[in-house]
Amino acid sequence: MRASPADQTILDRRNLDWYIDKVVQVLVFVGGISAIIFIIGIFVFITREGIGFIFSSWDPIEFFTSPRWAPTSSHNPTYGALALILGTASVTGLAMIVAVPFSLGAAIYIGEFASGKTRESLKVLVELLAAIPSVVWGFIGLSILNPLIIQWFNVPIGLNVLNAGVILGLMAAPIMTTIAEDALKAVPDTYREAAEAMGAARWQVIFKVVLPAAKPGLLAAVLLGVGRGFGETMAVLMASGHSINIPTSIFDSVRALTATIAAELGETAHGSDHYQALFVLGIFLFLITFLINLTADLVVRGIRNR
Amino acid sequence: MVEHGAENASTGENRANPTRMLEVRNLSISYGSKSALRDVTLDVRENEIFGIIGPANSGKTSFLRALNRMDVFTPGMNVEGEVLVSGKDVRSWRNLYALRRRIGVVFPLPVGLPMSVYDNVALAPRLSGIKKKAVLDVIVEKCLQRAALWDEVKDRLHSLGSLLSGGQQQRLTIARALSQDPDLLLLDEFSIAVDPVTTMRIEDILKELRKETTIVLVTNLVQQARRLADRTAFFLMGECVEVAETEDLFAGGVQDQRTREYVEGRFG
Repeated sequence: MRASPADQTILDRRNLDWYIDKVVQVLVFVGGISAIIFIIGIFVFITREGIGFIFSSWDPIEFFTSPRWAPTSSHNPTYGALALILGTASVTGLAMIVAVPFSLGAAIYIGEFASGKTRESLKVLVELLAAIPSVVWGFIGLSILNPLIIQWFNVPIGLNVLNAGVILGLMAAPIMTTIAEDALKAVPDTYREAAEAMGAARWQVIFKVVLPAAKPGLLAAVLLGVGRGFGETMAVLMASGHSINIPTSIFDSVRALTATIAAELGETAHGSDHYQALFVLGIFLFLITFLINLTADLVVRGIRNR
Repeated sequence: MVEHGAENASTGENRANPTRMLEVRNLSISYGSKSALRDVTLDVRENEIFGIIGPANSGKTSFLRALNRMDVFTPGMNVEGEVLVSGKDVRSWRNLYALRRRIGVVFPLPVGLPMSVYDNVALAPRLSGIKKKAVLDVIVEKCLQRAALWDEVKDRLHSLGSLLSGGQQQRLTIARALSQDPDLLLLDEFSIAVDPVTTMRIEDILKELRKETTIVLVTNLVQQARRLADRTAFFLMGECVEVAETEDLFAGGVQDQRTREYVEGRFG
């Protein structure tokens, strides 16, 4: 079919739709690329603040192996981050032990069993839980969990790995539940139907078909929780005891990387070794978070392409 | 006649005619206030392919769902009347899962579960407690052979089943349905998402399977019923208009004018 000259001018004309389409394209592009720009910007900024220290007086062996974090010592300041790293890791680990069963259980109940009103009200409640500020969680750890731990376990101090881990776990559980439930909802009903038609009982359908199918999403939920654990500052600062310690039991007080930065940065001189060392902690946190996300991405891709 | 089911259930005895695999008595299905199927009574004999034809919305799929009691998982689906499988009312089976293991279902769209080809076929045997790898290997190979898929997938049994092509996935679904060694195989418009060549291959498989099992085939392709079915039922708007030998049906030996018109393609 050949277009007549009149048709051709119509087909060539840049009308309003054409311009709107272009504008939307540009806006979406800017939105998408801005996330990358911000991430790079943050990385450049924290690196610039800490890089001088890395190249002048930073001792990586001391940083990763010494538990002695004493940046304010007047005669021999040391910057060993081992205790801080282990503090963050132990609290996050315990938090995941608390949060994973809770959140997956809740997600399975909401997604697979609950229906109608129960389901709707549960979802609203979970979302409400996710909105509680972290300082409130820290307060609960400090004023409720602390005396309870002292009383139940007969230990001298209740601000420790256990306290911070439980608080952090409860904090991370709602958001993990929401993500996990979305992952379960994304599993097509035809899978459930097919398995049920084969005589699978409800729990078999869930464990053999639905959970494996939702694995990437569930993994994303857990890793989001881990990321939350590494990054959380205020609640951990309040509940962990904030004392530099290599934890040997869950009743030891610890100090987290994030809490160290938050507590000390305001008291350092801009540009001093201490100030820069705190930014090195920041770089380290950033890299860890980056690695967790990268691993998650690779694992999810691996599952998809198998 | 109508009391059969209840009595059989209490005595556990098979009093029905043994050559009847499936007996449906006064089956009515409704979703809320909307009626989907009204007062259907028919028999399916052992080792036959029983075709069900009819336009959309005539209650064909609802009929199948009532047979293996999928109504339990469909909110609002209400079933009345009796469905007897091997003379026993399906609603008297306390163990729903055991019933479903005797009835294989193939859905309109292929459902390759997100696990390996091997695991897809081994799922049902594993659910019923078979764990030995040697036994499972035999079942998997046999079912894939019977579904004419073995040659295509034998080298990638452990790759993801949902990565197969549509036609392969549909044969995988059939292999999975066969893995439970069903007494009754229900197929719901299996060729919707399958190319004609694969459709013909699956039809050949079904003709072979007739020797071992009973098949209820719901199809929207009149000619498919003609090619495969021993007897055919015509459903229209929730009513079973008539059941006849397929040959008779297509030779014009129909009792109802509506059937004749549908079969000849004048409406629907």
